[in-house]
Amino acid sequence: MDTTQPAVAPKTEKKRPGRSRTPSGQRSGLLQTILIPFLAVLTGLIIGAIVIAVTDSAAVAAFGRFFQAPGAALAAVWHAVKTAYGALFYGSIGSLSEITTALGSGDPAAIRQAFWPITESLVASTPYIFTGLAVGLGFKAGLFNIGAEGQFFMGSLGAAFVGYSLIGWPWYLHLPLAILGGFAAGAIWGAIPGWLKAKTGGHEVVNTIMMNYIAYRLSDWLINGPMKAPGFRPVTPHIQMSAALPRLFSDPLRINVGFFLALIAAALVFWFLFKTTIGFQIRAVGANPDAARYSGMSITRTIVLAMTLSGGLAGLGGASQVLGVDYWVGQGFSAGYGFDAIAVALIGKSHPVGIVFAALLWGFLRSGATRMQSLAGIPIDIISIIQALVIVFVAAPDIIRGLYRLRKISAEKVVLSRGWGS
Amino acid sequence: MPPVLELRGITKAFPGVLANDHIDLTLEQGEILALLGENGAGKTTLMNILYGLYKPDEGEILVRGEKVNIQGPNDAIARGIGMVHQHFMLVPVMTVTENVMLGVETTRGLVLDREQVARRIEEIGREHGLEVDPHAYVKDLPVGLQQRVEIIKVLYRNADILILDEPTAVLTPQEVEDLIEVLQSLIAQGKSIIFITHKLKEVMAVADRITVLRLGRTVGTVEPSKTDPQHLASLMVGRDVNLVVAKKPATPGNPVLEVNDMIALDDRGNVAVNGVTFDVRAGEVLGVAGVQGNGQTELVYALTGLRPPAAGSIRILGQDVSKANPRQITEKGVAHVPEDRQKHGLVLSFPVSDNIALNTYYLSPFAKGVNMQQGAILAASEELVDQFDVRTPNVHVNVSTLSGGNQQKVIVAREFSRPIKLLIASQPTRGLDVGSIEYIHSRIIQKRDEGTAVLVVSSELDEILALSDRIAVMYKGQILDIVSARGTNKKHLGLLMAGIKPAEGAVVATGGDEEEIERVF
Repeated sequence: MDTTQPAVAPKTEKKRPGRSRTPSGQRSGLLQTILIPFLAVLTGLIIGAIVIAVTDSAAVAAFGRFFQAPGAALAAVWHAVKTAYGALFYGSIGSLSEITTALGSGDPAAIRQAFWPITESLVASTPYIFTGLAVGLGFKAGLFNIGAEGQFFMGSLGAAFVGYSLIGWPWYLHLPLAILGGFAAGAIWGAIPGWLKAKTGGHEVVNTIMMNYIAYRLSDWLINGPMKAPGFRPVTPHIQMSAALPRLFSDPLRINVGFFLALIAAALVFWFLFKTTIGFQIRAVGANPDAARYSGMSITRTIVLAMTLSGGLAGLGGASQVLGVDYWVGQGFSAGYGFDAIAVALIGKSHPVGIVFAALLWGFLRSGATRMQSLAGIPIDIISIIQALVIVFVAAPDIIRGLYRLRKISAEKVVLSRGWGS
Repeated sequence: MPPVLELRGITKAFPGVLANDHIDLTLEQGEILALLGENGAGKTTLMNILYGLYKPDEGEILVRGEKVNIQGPNDAIARGIGMVHQHFMLVPVMTVTENVMLGVETTRGLVLDREQVARRIEEIGREHGLEVDPHAYVKDLPVGLQQRVEIIKVLYRNADILILDEPTAVLTPQEVEDLIEVLQSLIAQGKSIIFITHKLKEVMAVADRITVLRLGRTVGTVEPSKTDPQHLASLMVGRDVNLVVAKKPATPGNPVLEVNDMIALDDRGNVAVNGVTFDVRAGEVLGVAGVQGNGQTELVYALTGLRPPAAGSIRILGQDVSKANPRQITEKGVAHVPEDRQKHGLVLSFPVSDNIALNTYYLSPFAKGVNMQQGAILAASEELVDQFDVRTPNVHVNVSTLSGGNQQKVIVAREFSRPIKLLIASQPTRGLDVGSIEYIHSRIIQKRDEGTAVLVVSSELDEILALSDRIAVMYKGQILDIVSARGTNKKHLGLLMAGIKPAEGAVVATGGDEEEIERVF
């Protein structure tokens, strides 16, 4: 201790034993937030490769003769994995040679054909972005919204209804109204369990799951009844093209403004959560409702608001699917977006930027999986295995830390949702 | 004769933290050794190592001269080491007998033999002055008796080295005296005791020797006769500490807070505050004393709007706020330092700056309409951190990385930086080190001198006596008496805290605490 110290205690924090993190600790924490999901995907792909090899009959047969012909065995394994992942890549992104040739030839049809895989991946990612944001926003408020599926569905119905029932409207009125219709339907579907939780304490996990079932049955009735198109098939009428989200290019490319709407939604959610007073409130309630209440925030209002917005976002997902891709709603419409959204929100750490990347990953994997199945005969379930592994690795980051010898930073507890009575 | 317990060079590191740094500790047979240190000094880690919950990275433990490797709590117990924890580990819905034999059940064939255990409990009780009804349910026992059960548990397992972790935290002064008698009887029977505490005065009264830990190292072992609380405090903190905040006499003004016949319920719906009436005037400190659990917590909840009272009225500056919510009460100029800082006072996963804005984030200059003004928040936070001497690398780190004392300073900085008329401070220095206590006490007195009305709720009598101008004692939901601070002493307050109101004008032993300590010896 130097002798010139004043009577008041020194202000600078010297490095002492017994006290914890310095700023450098927080920097490497940020690095790990990006590194771990990346490594999770990588490890998932590696294990997926092992599964592919193990289920490929040619490779297994070759491995049986490993000691006689080790080279051939390894080659067979490599071949199996290369074919599978090659097809996955081709299906999700496309063939680089095909793209360059098409661009060189200048033939518009060929160019469109070459870019088809990657645009399909973006189309597939769009609903994941919306529903991922929905679930992520819920998580930030301490709520577990399992109802994104039902909210998505109701959103699609809402948008379809406005889309087909208003005839002869100009697009600049019709399209926004249709989008609003989707948002509103989803918002209502989220508000109900939100209000129930705020007023009665009824846990949103139970109520949102129930709302999903109500949505399925309600839509069954609507699509077979009041919202049925003339004809035999249980589908809604085709929407008016004045309500359609414009496609960016002509057939067969389906990429539409919806994708950019999703990115805008992500930017808006980011601004809302981190730059506004209401967002601050939502995050405080999610992190520590006791302290939030003590500092004057209304827990009930915050919960209802968060669930409403969450439902609205999922509804927007449904709207973008109807208005941009399918143009009608059929029975049994949704492909599990609401449930995958939970995984997307988890991997994206409930942060809009992370969610966009996670949604893109999911969209690309899904898109590629269909091609992988048709081209290489690899069952689509391999993708599910890879996705499941990624989820496990992100949810239990210590596995990745152990595998890759990353330093453990004293983690704060991340509570995704609260249990009964808490 | 070798020391009954010796720790040599014990070192234990956790990621980023060196909790114990080559610590040496000796416990002689038949002595009471006090282990003194701030929060984070390493006392709990050291005791956890002794109890087998952690393995030391380096160093050795010798029990009765023999080097041992303690594998776990069962192993520690087998070697005669018993620990009485600060937070009791009892099952409330079981009887005393069941709690004592939990884990070492005696059976007669296939059936539990409660009778044998009950007899042994009575025996131990008689030997050491620890009488308790073996068939009583723990939840029906007062805290002092619950602690007896904890001690009996340890004696039942034939411990002769006892470790007591902050045993007096929940006791009235009379119960503390009883405990000290029990400890002396145990010593007479040949046991040896390690007494962990941060209460300087107690340590002087109880211990044969005092070992002080600071930042994971032993900084000295002294005998009480050769030291005083001032010296011990400076050893604990590493610099000179003012133990008693200097204060001028109060000049109280108009009443700021008026409470009339208030009844408040606890979270089970039972009456916790049973009709209290008092007021707090500008420029004075009213201390509310009492053992925890007599309604103080619910009183504060009612005053801060967290749980409206069931009956009665609360008025702040003449306006009725009985039905107001926390935000409305804050806007009336009330500041609140909550009892449970991590639960009610802070959002641990938020940065320091966000916590400073926690109750004013929606007002200018922290927000313009719906947009938060991050620049203003950061600037205000940096200034406050500077002004209130919060030890943090910067205002961006999460407040969870700060020590308890600094977390409390963040709350104090936040609450004191508004123009306030009434300050409600609940257990403001609980779990804090001596340096932080000194700081917060001086800030509270400063507010009082500025004309703020201050209500301090604390179960630490020293704190109440140091800060208060008037003292109200709560017992079973009612205010037993309100006395002037100068017209009372610890003994008088102790009686009130136990529910005994001495007759008007009765002479309660006068004099300061020094006399009481001598009487204990």
